[in-house]
Formats: sequence, structure tokens, C-alpha cells
Amino acid sequence: MNVTALIVFILLFALVTVLGFFAARWRRGDLDTLHEWGLAGRRFGTVVSWFLLGGDLYTAYTFVAVPALVFGAGAIGFFALPYTIITYPFVFLVMPRLWSVAKKHGYVTSADFVRGRYDSHWLALAIAFTGILATMPYIALQLVGIQVVLAGMGLQGTGFAADLPLIIAFVILAAYTYTSGLRAPAMIALVKDTLIYITVLAAVIIIPTQLGGYGHIFATQPAKNLIFPTPTAANFGNEAAYATLAFGSALALFLYPHSVTGVLSANSRNVIKRNTALLPAYSFLLGLIALLGYMAVTAGVKAKPQFAGLFKQYGNNFAVPALFLNSFPDWFVGFAFAAIAIGALVPAAIMSIAASNLFTRNVYKEYINPNATDRQEANMAKLVSLVVKLGALAFIIFLPLQYAIQLQLLGGVWIIQTLPSVVVGLYTRWFNRTALLIGWAIGMISGTYMAYVNVSGGSAPFNSSTFPLHLGGLTIPGYAAFYSLILNFVVAGVLTLIFNAVGMARGTDKTTTGDYHEEPIAVPLMS
Amino acid sequence: MVDRPAANRGGKRWWYLLLVVPFIALLWVPFYNSIQPELAGIPFFYWYQFLWVIIGAALTAVVYFATK
Repeated sequence: MNVTALIVFILLFALVTVLGFFAARWRRGDLDTLHEWGLAGRRFGTVVSWFLLGGDLYTAYTFVAVPALVFGAGAIGFFALPYTIITYPFVFLVMPRLWSVAKKHGYVTSADFVRGRYDSHWLALAIAFTGILATMPYIALQLVGIQVVLAGMGLQGTGFAADLPLIIAFVILAAYTYTSGLRAPAMIALVKDTLIYITVLAAVIIIPTQLGGYGHIFATQPAKNLIFPTPTAANFGNEAAYATLAFGSALALFLYPHSVTGVLSANSRNVIKRNTALLPAYSFLLGLIALLGYMAVTAGVKAKPQFAGLFKQYGNNFAVPALFLNSFPDWFVGFAFAAIAIGALVPAAIMSIAASNLFTRNVYKEYINPNATDRQEANMAKLVSLVVKLGALAFIIFLPLQYAIQLQLLGGVWIIQTLPSVVVGLYTRWFNRTALLIGWAIGMISGTYMAYVNVSGGSAPFNSSTFPLHLGGLTIPGYAAFYSLILNFVVAGVLTLIFNAVGMARGTDKTTTGDYHEEPIAVPLMS
Repeated sequence: MVDRPAANRGGKRWWYLLLVVPFIALLWVPFYNSIQPELAGIPFFYWYQFLWVIIGAALTAVVYFATK
């Protein structure tokens, strides 16, 4: 067991635990309302939103899985870079509209907006269901980040003892999320992101000097991994897969409930706009982290006997922890591992809050207790946040890790199906609500099918989210989310024309054009 | 919010076109799917995309200030 690393790790973990509980007093509000517990009263300015969204979107799992993909497969893993570049121009245009309309009408979730815009509780339910479905395995995967670093420090056991540290970490997380709501991850994000930036900057400066410089690192990669083979007239190959993965993921990112929660907690439209120019700092960081995958190849960590057991257990997800163990002194290993583990807590907390908001607003209040008071709403959300985290914990302890990874992969395919209702809905009400619902269903089914039957290289079902589309003699491998979204749009569009022709009712729009642009009068800055 | 003259707002809309540029630069992969030219031993594929993180952020900032 690596005692020095473990001590540093525990100290940092204890620090954020204290912060998590202390956060309840920060920018104090009545935590017995969903608005305060689940959105921190929409009070966050540019700096806090930057940390919160950065800590929220660039999760610990991303930090482990992206370099793991680069480590194993090379260039394709870098799709995370174009993906997190082009998502921001999109967010710049779209999300301020969602913020304004949500502020005006007190919407807490994107399903709330769809409910008001289309006057359809079924469509809202579909949006809420998709959000919860896509979020659950994502929370579970955050635990993998914690698991991997705990194992890396030698905290290994059998049976219950093996899972105990993870259970302790999650119980602490659940407790302060329950008491402090969104304020807890926002405050912890400040610490988490500082740790991550220090770790990554240290890594990309120190490790290459040990390995003989960047030129040498790239020179030692297998040539086939560095760039994609040139597309042929018959098959567009990985270039097409790369572009559609980046594009689809960029569209999907801000549809996730935890992204929406982060966006709606901002205190103005301009905070969101400013952050689209500031958040790319994290994209740059993510690119550097991706490079760690190549460094791990050059360092030859997989061949080292001391890491063999953990590579067997965690696969390439152990590449970055192994690289740190191989390159850093023990105390800094503890620091870096704490950065990853705490990095898991922030998104896990926000995701569970976002899922609770969806359940409370779009299931509990809609179908179970329509007359719920503010207090009942907040209590229900707190309770659900516990249930969601217990579910994620059980998922990781009792089911094979591969399931969580596959489900997370499908998460992007699923969540993108809400785009026609949510994003297009912010601009026009042209689509018929029933048509949107059917388009959504077709998108969900076809996307899941494409991911299931993935046949490239005869891989197992759900092993990859790219689907080889055959057009005549041409094969275009593409992200299943992208293809299924096109199908979703086509179905929704055609059915809208048909439903309009037969004069189907369209419901009442509770929003007006002005609701999407409004910047309410600035409130005095609260510290 | 103060109502701006329609002509002024119309002129400002063109700035939004800048937001399309990163999509073209990054989604047409043949632009950058190559080793050469290298930069300090780093293949083009990699430093091009890192460079676009900065250009992308700068473009968004320009649009933010221009349309404010």
C-alpha cells in the first residue's frame, strides 16, 4: 500500500468534505425550495459558473477514459478536442434562450420548458425519462474514476472490504448533496479544478522530460495510430467516424440534465455567453490529458509487472494512474489521485441533482402530487438524489463494469433525441408535439439498434457507438447518435405535415417570443 | 433592454457567421489528417486541433463583444 499517497489523498478528501457541508451556508437561501436546492437560486456569476460547468462537463471519467482510448487506439480518442471546441458556438446561440425562458417561467428542467412550450405532459415525460436514463450510468461511471485510483494506491481487498472505501466516499457525497444541494458541487469544483490544472500542467511538463520530449513520444507511437488511413471511394473510414462523433457529441453535451442544471444556475444570459469563450480552457486541458495516453505508451506502463494485475482488472482505464505512479513521487501521486477522485464527486453530485429535479418536476409533481408545496418538492428531490446515488453504487458493485460503459455510450445516443423538442423548440413551434414524440421514439429505437448491431470488425454488441452506413457501394461509418437524429428529424417533420393536414390540435404555448430574449434587470451582486 | 434600431441589429447579425467557422475547420477532417507539417516533433493533426481551441474561443469572444 502506498501510505504517503494515501495520506495526501485522505487529507484533500477531508478538505472537500468539510467544504461540501459548509456550502449550505454559502450565498444563503431557503434550501427547502427546489429552486434553491436544485439550482442554487440561479445566483452564480461568471467565475463560479466557469468552475461549476468545467467541473461538471469535464468529468473524472472523461479524464480517465479519453487518454485510455488514445492509449489503446490513438487518434480517434482525440475526437474529444473538436467535440469540446464546436459545442461552444452552439451553446452561445442556444443556451441563453433556454436560460431566459426558464427564468421567466420558473422552469428547473428542460422537460419543464417542453411542457410549457408544447402543452404536452407526454412529451415532457419522454424528455425527463431520457434525461434520467442517460444520466444514471454516467453517475455510475464516475465511481470508476474513484475505484481506479483507490486500487492504484493499493487499496485492494476482497468482497465487502474491496468496496468499502468507495461506499464511504459515496455516502459522504450523498450526505452533503442532500444538505447543501447544488452549492456543494459548486464550491468543491473550485478545489477540484485547481487540483486538476496543477496535476495536468505538472504532468505535461515533467513526464515528457523523463521520456525524451514530445518529438520522441510521438515517434514511439505505432504509425497507424497517429492519423487516420486515407478514405477510399468505397469507405470513408475513420475520418467520417471522427467528424460525426465530434459533431453528435457536441450537440448532445448540453442536452444532458447536468449541463442544463449548470446553465440554469447562472445569474444572467451573459454569464453563459462569456463562459462559452472561457470554458475552452478546459478543452485545452482535456487535449493535454489525451496526450497522457501517448505518454503512457512511450513509458511502456502496460508491460511493467507491478501494473499487470490492475491493467487486467480495469483495462486501459488504468493507463493514466499507472503513468502517474510510474512518473511522480508518492506525495504527488496522492495529490493527482485526489484530483481524479474529487473530480468524480462534482459531476456525480450535479448529475444526481439534475436527475432529482427531473423526477420531482416532471413525474412527481405532474403525476403523483400536482399540489405539492415548495417544501414537498424540495424534500422529494433530496430523497431522490439519495436513491439515484444508491442506484449508481449498486450498479458498480453488482454489475460488470462493461455494462456501465456501454450504457454511457448509449447515453449520448439517447439524449440527442431530445434535441428536436428542446433546441428547435427554443426557436420555433413548427413541429407538432405528437410528431416530436414519435420522432423521439424512432430515434431512441434506431439509435440503440445501430449501437447494438455494430458490426465493424465483428465487435460484440454495444461495443462501439459508430455505425457503418451503407449507401449503394459506399460505406460511411458514423456516430449512431448522428444517424438516428437525422431519422428522428425526418419522422417528426413528415408527421407534422400530415398531422397539420388532418387538423390535429396543437395545444397552447405558454411562452411568448419576448421570453427568449429577456435579460431581467440586474440584481445587486451578492458575494 | 433598450431597443436598438432595426438596421443596427441587422448589421450585427453578420457577426454570428463567425461561429460557423470552427465547424468547417474541424468537421472536415481531410484538412488536418496528416503528419506534416510537424511543429517541434508534434504532428499537424495534433497541433492544428490545439490551435483551434484557442481560435474557437477567440471567435466566440469576438462575437460576444460585437453583438453585446
